Amino acid sequence: MSLDLKIDGPDREHRPDHLAQNVLGHEIDRPDGWLKVKGEATYAAETFPEGLVHGILVRAPGIGRVSCANLEDVRNMPEVLAVVRDERLLRNAAQGGANEAPVQGVDTAEYVGQPVALVVAETFEAARHAAVALTVEIDGVEAPVDPEAVVPEEPDNQISTRGDLDGAMRHAPYSIDVVYTTASMNSAAMEPHAATAVWDGEVLTLRGALQMLKFNRNELADSLGLPPERVRILAPYVGGGFGSKLGISADCVAAAVAAMELNRPVRVVQHRRDVFEVNVRRSETRQRIRLACDTQGRLTGLGHEALVSNLPKEEFFEPVLQASYFAYAAANRDLRLKAARINRPATGSVRAPGEAVGVTVFEAAIDELAVKTGIDPIELRLRNIPEKDPDTGVPFSSHRLEATLKDGSERFGWNERDPAPRQRREGEWWIGTGMAAAFRVNMITPAEARITLDGDRATVESDMTDIGTGSYVIFQQIAAEILGLPTGKVDVRLGDTAYPPGSGSGGSFGAASTGTAVWLAGMEIRRALAERLGCDESEMTLRDGYVTHGNRRVPLADLVGGGAFSGHGRVEPGDAQEKVRQATYGAHFAEVGVNDVTGEVRVRRMLGSFSAGRILNPRTARSQCHGGMIWGIGMALTEEMTHDRRDGHVVNRDFAGYHVPVNADVPPLDVYFVEELDDWAGPLQVKGIGELSICGSGGAIFNAIHHACGARLRDFPATPDRVLAALS
Amino acid sequence: MKIELTVNGTARALDLDPRVTLLDALREHLKLTGSKKGCDHGQCGACTVIAGGRRINACLSLAVMHDGDEITTVEGLAEATGGTLQQAFVRNDGMQCGYCTPGQLCSATAMLDELREGWPSHVSDDLNGPYELTHEEVSERMSGNLCRCSCYPGINAAITEAGAAK
Repeated sequence: MSLDLKIDGPDREHRPDHLAQNVLGHEIDRPDGWLKVKGEATYAAETFPEGLVHGILVRAPGIGRVSCANLEDVRNMPEVLAVVRDERLLRNAAQGGANEAPVQGVDTAEYVGQPVALVVAETFEAARHAAVALTVEIDGVEAPVDPEAVVPEEPDNQISTRGDLDGAMRHAPYSIDVVYTTASMNSAAMEPHAATAVWDGEVLTLRGALQMLKFNRNELADSLGLPPERVRILAPYVGGGFGSKLGISADCVAAAVAAMELNRPVRVVQHRRDVFEVNVRRSETRQRIRLACDTQGRLTGLGHEALVSNLPKEEFFEPVLQASYFAYAAANRDLRLKAARINRPATGSVRAPGEAVGVTVFEAAIDELAVKTGIDPIELRLRNIPEKDPDTGVPFSSHRLEATLKDGSERFGWNERDPAPRQRREGEWWIGTGMAAAFRVNMITPAEARITLDGDRATVESDMTDIGTGSYVIFQQIAAEILGLPTGKVDVRLGDTAYPPGSGSGGSFGAASTGTAVWLAGMEIRRALAERLGCDESEMTLRDGYVTHGNRRVPLADLVGGGAFSGHGRVEPGDAQEKVRQATYGAHFAEVGVNDVTGEVRVRRMLGSFSAGRILNPRTARSQCHGGMIWGIGMALTEEMTHDRRDGHVVNRDFAGYHVPVNADVPPLDVYFVEELDDWAGPLQVKGIGELSICGSGGAIFNAIHHACGARLRDFPATPDRVLAALS
Repeated sequence: MKIELTVNGTARALDLDPRVTLLDALREHLKLTGSKKGCDHGQCGACTVIAGGRRINACLSLAVMHDGDEITTVEGLAEATGGTLQQAFVRNDGMQCGYCTPGQLCSATAMLDELREGWPSHVSDDLNGPYELTHEEVSERMSGNLCRCSCYPGINAAITEAGAAK
């Protein structure tokens, strides 16, 4: 049995509002919270199967043909069990949703830092010592590593043109033509990628740090040459992902190959420096923005051209223009993405691929137009909200940008601002404020979940992961709501391919996709209960473990009786995707201080107002928004992977050189949600929240820097050297 | 080398390769995996434990240097301190993925002691306390513990709440 739903149209029933348990939309504690504060949640490198041994990845110091002259010597070192140089090892992690093996091989290194061997020893210390002893020689080849120095590809599906942008630019009373750059960036999740592989001669079981298990299982199976049914992956707790754990990674395949070869459980943990190189990073971008408007600030021309990069044979290109297709309307427009093939470490999805950098830059550029026209930045945006998707002509499913702009503006006190820059000074500091809009596409992806109701206790199961987003608690809430149980009566089991395939965590689609599957599974049980009761499910009330129908009230456990009820839900996207444009919206506000002497920028306060459908748990949703806003601080001020000009290697491949925001970088943050129930988002009216808040937050900071000191920076991040140069 | 550690109040005898860090001794040899390895470089704070009453990065310390020391890890912290801080972390969502959380908890516990003992920080107005548990003080004193999920607002709220309750 299964209750299946294809989302073809709007759902106006709003059933969650008519249920009785009243736990949806409330700040319920994470059920995994106590495990985490007691150190009892076990991550990928925290199990100890009998006979466990340790593997260390060895990586290439250059680009070219690889050889290891002292391979046999290292194999004979104390406690060393194997030096694996196997063609199945991965060049880099799979892209999100790849569902097949990524590029493999160890004979040639295509970027500096590529894994070329795995050293396995009885202990971690012995493996590390041997890994350092292994000499890797490179017969070097010339390889391009500068995205500006190659002729880029121009993928057809990334071009959208209309009218005559050049003409619009020439004739407009106001126009800007500016070039911005954003840096190469890294997810840098706190848990390094890690895998513990166990081979029993038949089935390979792997505990991994992974986000999307149903794809990861196929990727790992394909990499190893095993059928998927002989691969099981577990990831009940994942120490952050942000895109870097979407696809199977080098540690997983290396651990599995070694475990199969040695018939011993093998654990491989990426060193922090591996994390920066062998997975995926966010592409650096160069973005040219052209905007033309009439005297009232209405856009007549809109151009957005972006240059990004990736390794040869990778299909992913940072979709920088993703929101530019629908954010603002202009009769004349030219959007195009250019993609350079270079031999730096692979690029891939990092929190809000596309909009994180695309919206951030576009929202900085539109601030330049606001300054030029003398129109308030909020007003300028309000005048350019399109009535329908300017790219496809379809209506918006729901569009709450105006509401978030007004809500945020009022709460932040935007109207108290003197629009002229460089007006407020406190000691050495120039003080200013800035704002930006937030846009992020919204998606539902195929997902399944199962609920088993035994007496008055329910168990939810899916291979969905919780990478910190709150999957455990929101599924608990959804199941509790639909079955009328206190949340404490619902157990949630995730992160095991033995369970029904969920959506995985990525693209902000987890809550809406797997959450809807949980809802459907619960609905199937409701219907079965109603059938036993002899009524329609909408006629009975389930609350606190009791079933009420008419004037009859019985304990749920009595109705369930001896046999357990099982419900299975499956959701998939349908025609709704073509019928409407669905997105989430928001508004960012920031106040910064710019030090006139040192060039340091400090964020003094930040506020975000967001609309993302029904908010299932305001506490976990708010935490997601904090995260995105703070990532915006990092993007705007400190985060930059520096690539060596000669060979593209990452110069600053750890936390000492790559500066993620620390506690002291973060001022008090305010997050507000603007009410929205998007009927096109399925029966729960839930949309994604995990990525929206990074889309544009760095732009608000850049605009605040300009307002503070009068200098317009166009290269992210605004490090003190750049700020000082702009100030002079 | 043979050493003895008192971990969370229990004496533990270990025979270790001298290269084993305190962090790996706890995680791999005592199977106390609550203390996390985030960088193995002293750059992230996920491995923070309390040794002899002081917070330290367990990854930067060799286990054999701690013969006879008393170590408190996250597994024993709630019992040792009453669990107020842990409760506040859960209630204020001072975590998302949870990987930095043990380090945050050990660090915050020792930090609150440092504050009470009158240790100044970079943002303190003068070198002679007492110091208040302000946003600036908490943020500054907790900046050795990275959180990439960026739960700093929840972490600070939890520490402030638990600090005030004492």
